Amino acid sequence: MRVVVWLPGPLREYVGGAKQLPLDVTDDAVIRDVLDAVGRSHPLLERRIRDEHGQIREHVNVFVGTDNIKDLDRLETRLHSGVEITILPAVSGGAR
Amino acid sequence: MTEYLLAIGTRKGLFLGHSTDRVSWEVERADLGMNSVSAVCIDTRRGRQRVLAGATSGHWGPSVLYSDDLGKTWQEPDRAPVSFPEGSDAALTRVWQLQPGGPAEPEVMWAGTEPSALFRSEDGGVTYELVRGLWEHPHRPTWQPGGGGQCLHTVLPHPRDGSRMTVAMSTGGVYQTTDGGQSWAPSNGGIVALHNPDPYPEYGQCVHKISRHPDEPDRMFLQNHGGVFRSDDGGGSWSPIGGDLPADFGFPIVAHPRRPGSVFVFPLLGDFDRTPPESRCRVFRTDNAGETWQPLEKGLPQDGFQAAVMRDAMSADDGDPTGLYLGTRSGAVFASGDEGDSWHAVALYLPDVLSIRAAVVG
Repeated sequence: MRVVVWLPGPLREYVGGAKQLPLDVTDDAVIRDVLDAVGRSHPLLERRIRDEHGQIREHVNVFVGTDNIKDLDRLETRLHSGVEITILPAVSGGAR
Repeated sequence: MTEYLLAIGTRKGLFLGHSTDRVSWEVERADLGMNSVSAVCIDTRRGRQRVLAGATSGHWGPSVLYSDDLGKTWQEPDRAPVSFPEGSDAALTRVWQLQPGGPAEPEVMWAGTEPSALFRSEDGGVTYELVRGLWEHPHRPTWQPGGGGQCLHTVLPHPRDGSRMTVAMSTGGVYQTTDGGQSWAPSNGGIVALHNPDPYPEYGQCVHKISRHPDEPDRMFLQNHGGVFRSDDGGGSWSPIGGDLPADFGFPIVAHPRRPGSVFVFPLLGDFDRTPPESRCRVFRTDNAGETWQPLEKGLPQDGFQAAVMRDAMSADDGDPTGLYLGTRSGAVFASGDEGDSWHAVALYLPDVLSIRAAVVG
């Protein structure tokens, strides 16, 4: 199935300036699979979202539709065809 | 005409200064965004001029970037330059130190990190591998973070013997290897630990910075969290040399790169004040390995100055005479082209300065 990952301005430099990144994943894919796919195609982008152990960075939020995956099943959150995934910086990360 | 490059790492980005006389500077912001730059390095070995930056985004995490065109463009590899391997119990928070290897290892670059760990690069600082000997040291679980975090901030390769190295961390103190990093031993004899019931523990000191002259590798100078110290036996023992300093707290300590026995510090009132004595911005220099200290203040603010200088925000260049540089937490940067005797403002309103390095580049 195809999903679309929307990117905030600061991350678009890693995909040639694009606002969104369409990805083809298996029908049973979860968020972890999508980010793994991002890591294969755009490794510099992926490591802005996850640390070296695959955990979402503390001040990054990932939404499936309008739901934060922290309120769903986190990296195991299931997806459906055509779903829009949005990466956003958390307000807290700009503290310094 | 000599050209100097000054790399200024701040809480919000990297700034680069260019000068031919170390008095007038053109300062520009490098294209590193709002990353805090805790570590900078200008590596002029191999006839190459590589600028490296340990940059951390509050949102997007840490990385090490490098530029081979004096900061015009920046690169980083596809794989994370510095990362903890699978199975380790830590993730990289930030890079605190980028240090070229010794003369016999022109492609080696070292990185000191938070959490406290040492990484080695064999490709000029592009990618790094964890030094497991230190990471797996039995003391590691008991190291405690200082106010800035649990960081390994000082990396001193031995200038003549590639198997020897000294590192320092806050807290944890000084550790040394004599077998190329496979095993490490604490080397804190004589360094006080003011925050510990036993003031002279084997390890756990809050060492802030160490420096030494390459021609005298067994003589090292140390700014501690309380006290300035010297070792004449390669770190085997340390003795206080704070003597006539107005305060013995501080963060940076810089050995004169060409004149053994000359050292610079920036004293702060400690421990619960951390502002300069008498509210004056003063560097202190010893020319006799710490027996006496003299203030260097010409051209520096001498009235109402309250800012601190962080451990990597004071350094020397490789010019002749030696140039000195300091950056403050209030965003001011000062340069001296005459070994600290007089100073000129490079910039006054930058973000707070975390790291500073300078070199002759032309």
